[in-house]
Amino acid sequence: MFQGAGFFGLGGMLWGAYINESKGSELILRPPGAIPEDEFIKSCIKCGACVEACPYDTLVLAEPNNSEPVGTPYFKPRQVPCYMCPDIPCVPVCPTSALDKAKVSTQEEGKEPELDINKSQMGLAVVDKESCIAFWGIQCDVCYRACPLLDVAITLDYERNERTGKHAFLRPSVNSNACTGCGLCEHACVVEKAAIFILPRKLAMGKVGDHYIKGWDKNDEKRLEEIRKKDEEEAEGAIDYLNDMEGLLDE
Amino acid sequence: MGNFSTAYVLETFYLSDPYAVLQILAAGIFGGISIGSSVLLGAVFILLFYALVGGRAFCSWFCPLNMVTDAANWLRRKLKMNQVDLKFPITRNTRYWVMGLGILMSLLTGVAAFEFVSPIAMLHRGVVFGFGAGLAGVALIFLFDLVVLKNGWCGYFCPLGAFYSTISKFSVIRVEHDKDKCTACMKCKLVCPEKQVLHIINKESGHITSGECSNCGRCIEVCDDDSLKFSFKIYKTK
Repeated sequence: MFQGAGFFGLGGMLWGAYINESKGSELILRPPGAIPEDEFIKSCIKCGACVEACPYDTLVLAEPNNSEPVGTPYFKPRQVPCYMCPDIPCVPVCPTSALDKAKVSTQEEGKEPELDINKSQMGLAVVDKESCIAFWGIQCDVCYRACPLLDVAITLDYERNERTGKHAFLRPSVNSNACTGCGLCEHACVVEKAAIFILPRKLAMGKVGDHYIKGWDKNDEKRLEEIRKKDEEEAEGAIDYLNDMEGLLDE
Repeated sequence: MGNFSTAYVLETFYLSDPYAVLQILAAGIFGGISIGSSVLLGAVFILLFYALVGGRAFCSWFCPLNMVTDAANWLRRKLKMNQVDLKFPITRNTRYWVMGLGILMSLLTGVAAFEFVSPIAMLHRGVVFGFGAGLAGVALIFLFDLVVLKNGWCGYFCPLGAFYSTISKFSVIRVEHDKDKCTACMKCKLVCPEKQVLHIINKESGHITSGECSNCGRCIEVCDDDSLKFSFKIYKTK
């Protein structure tokens, strides 16, 4: 009996350790429309429907020797990027809504929601300026040209090249509010190991928090009002709590 | 399309692995979960089918790993390894503990725990999407069944088999035994992968009622006396 319980506990610990190890991977790029990673690994039933639906063999299922959670779909853009199908075949086939249609749809008022691959947020392109030859002053705008959101997700910053005195730098710059993380730039990059590459947005992006507001931006000002409202509600709750004598006096 | 975890059959309806869905539900019990109604329906359908009709038929008729464990078993017979009877301090009830542990681990880790390690899923994914390191998991089971324990995986550890055993207590398709025809040759017990379910052989006529019987029908095939057959067993409510 005791021995059985011991094996039960031991098995559970080993099992748990393996799961923790393999679900810990944050460096994984999911198909378009994927819900946040921690929810994704809960929901995904590993049926591979998205992988079957992908016409470019972009998506693959993780094997147990990968660090990625086994059986879940992911892609490596340097090998095969996401080619941004307008009809997004991988998303509607998901039976568990681990890939959520709403995340890759736009809806105008009074109309049916329409699939829009440009809304997807699979990751974010990051440029390593040391290995990017455009930053050296060599003309290369391959990533800029490869980008399906040309001149929106990646723009070129121009600057005079003082070294030669007659050339310009054409430096790629990624806009995180437009970049979908499809990886066409990483796939196209001409250097040995891509100088522009996709990272999961959670890893690649920072967060300002509530204590900095763009005072010159009406939209950002709204954020301030929300914070104020929240503070007031909290304060009210605290006052109610302090003044709630009725409950005590009734006793 | 899809695989044994969830399949979208003929582009009309879904079939899902009910134990996998149960794990997903357990994983999402804290903090909510998004699971499509199509998968839930698919799981309920499969659950009802095996619970009411097929019994533990998944294991012997559908599970791809069964071929691997049967191959291990065949090799055991060829190499006469069954004559060396190693004793292990383990019972066939272990699998029910593994099944429970699978749900518990799903609850604790927040992911479908058995689906992270399932050699069955590794195999059917491999068949559909090409083999990689998942083959190692399958090979592990093959070697385990070959050199460590006869019918080791299916008979002692597999939580999915345990799950189907649990739900199929009242299914209607059963093996029926006729004691009067039986000559007690015991071929059925030799061939049966779950021979504890055949305890009524040559003792009493009736149906094999244990959920652990996977309705594989091997006993029927080897029986020279026509004393075993498939039949319907209807449970009457009083």
